Amino acid sequence: MHLEEFAEGNSFFHRLDPRVKFITIMPYIFVIAIMQGTKGPLLALIISLLIVAFTRISVKKLIGRLIVVNTFIFILWIFLPFSYPGDAVFHIGPLEATHEGFLYVLSITLKANAIVLATIAILGTSEVFSLAHALVHLKVPDKLVHLFFFFYRYISVLHEEYERLENAMAIRAFKAKTNMHTYRTYAYLVGMLIIRSYDRSQRIYKAMLCRGFKGKFRVMSHFELKRGDVVFGLLMTLITSVMGLLFIL
Amino acid sequence: MHISEGVLSAPVLVTGALLTSAGTALGLKKMTYERIPEVAVLSSAFFVASLIHVPVGPSSVHLILNGLLGILLGWMAFPSILVALLLQALLFQFGGFTSLGVNTFNMAAPAVIAYYLFNIPIRRANHFIGILSGFGAGLTGVGLGALFVAIALVSTGEGFLNVAKVVVVAHLPVMLIEGIITAFCVTFLKKVKPEILEVGR
Repeated sequence: MHLEEFAEGNSFFHRLDPRVKFITIMPYIFVIAIMQGTKGPLLALIISLLIVAFTRISVKKLIGRLIVVNTFIFILWIFLPFSYPGDAVFHIGPLEATHEGFLYVLSITLKANAIVLATIAILGTSEVFSLAHALVHLKVPDKLVHLFFFFYRYISVLHEEYERLENAMAIRAFKAKTNMHTYRTYAYLVGMLIIRSYDRSQRIYKAMLCRGFKGKFRVMSHFELKRGDVVFGLLMTLITSVMGLLFIL
Repeated sequence: MHISEGVLSAPVLVTGALLTSAGTALGLKKMTYERIPEVAVLSSAFFVASLIHVPVGPSSVHLILNGLLGILLGWMAFPSILVALLLQALLFQFGGFTSLGVNTFNMAAPAVIAYYLFNIPIRRANHFIGILSGFGAGLTGVGLGALFVAIALVSTGEGFLNVAKVVVVAHLPVMLIEGIITAFCVTFLKKVKPEILEVGR
């Protein structure tokens, strides 16, 4: 499984300190999330597009990602214009689409895409493990970070386990259809996956104890704040504050 | 199941974040350091299992299994689902950071409810009641989840009422499938590895 699609590369954003990334992006996306109207979200989308342009990530992959995100939004385009009170634009039978409804769903679309683009550009360009490491420094409960670390580490292992079970099913000529046999087979597959993961976790814990685990992870590499990180941090904070002042207060 | 970014209003986002923080705090308290590998690797298994698509007539649905997760992990379903959605927010931007609280609550709260309703009957009662409880857990997980999504949407604005209705109706067949699969799965676990059903205690 290849999960970290955007993390490879060598742009300014790929080298940015993950701690700075979290500290700057969280206020930025939350300000966008609570904006109303269309002007603020439009400006945010433009800023996010500018940030994405600096990362030099593959446009093809980026569009693929945006399509997935916009499927849910697409459903809103079908329903919201017809269920929002306001001036009618056109009618389909008894349903009337309103001007306000269209503006509202447009606002949601702009906001969603602005947030997603910024997330891909800023967080997607770091490896997951270095982001988890940054969370430790940002005072996220260490149990939660440890959980995240192990969870991510073992996804690919469990996925291999799943593929082995699936192969075993294929060898025995299993064909998925809409019937009880299929559902029972998948249920046992899931059950087997759970049992194997449980047994594996017991072995992992014993192995950790053998290596002297006492409830703490020692971090060998440390982050170092560079001038670029500080400049980016200040710039993003400024942008976020201005957006907040103009479009929320 | 996941509500994307930019949709929900500020009060809904804040409420979701607060409820999820509380649930996660309780879950973390229960999860001692020795149990972290256990909960984490089980979470990876559920993450992989949620990639499985099962056929329903001409279409297919992917497994959610939050009811089953709840049966196994109890309150630890909160941190477990939180890290899974965090990863999705980081890698796939499916769901997202601003709606992380709401989305985690929508899936984890039904899981915890399923735990309290069905864990004891599954472990202690006879075969038949065990199957029924497994079915109930699968049904509750997805059903309540869809209901919470609908409530979050309608609390954002009356305009979402139709979308909310569609969300609930679209999940009715999924509820049934999840019920069936969870029922088979818990009977399997009870037969092969009953101690797994006690992890959440």
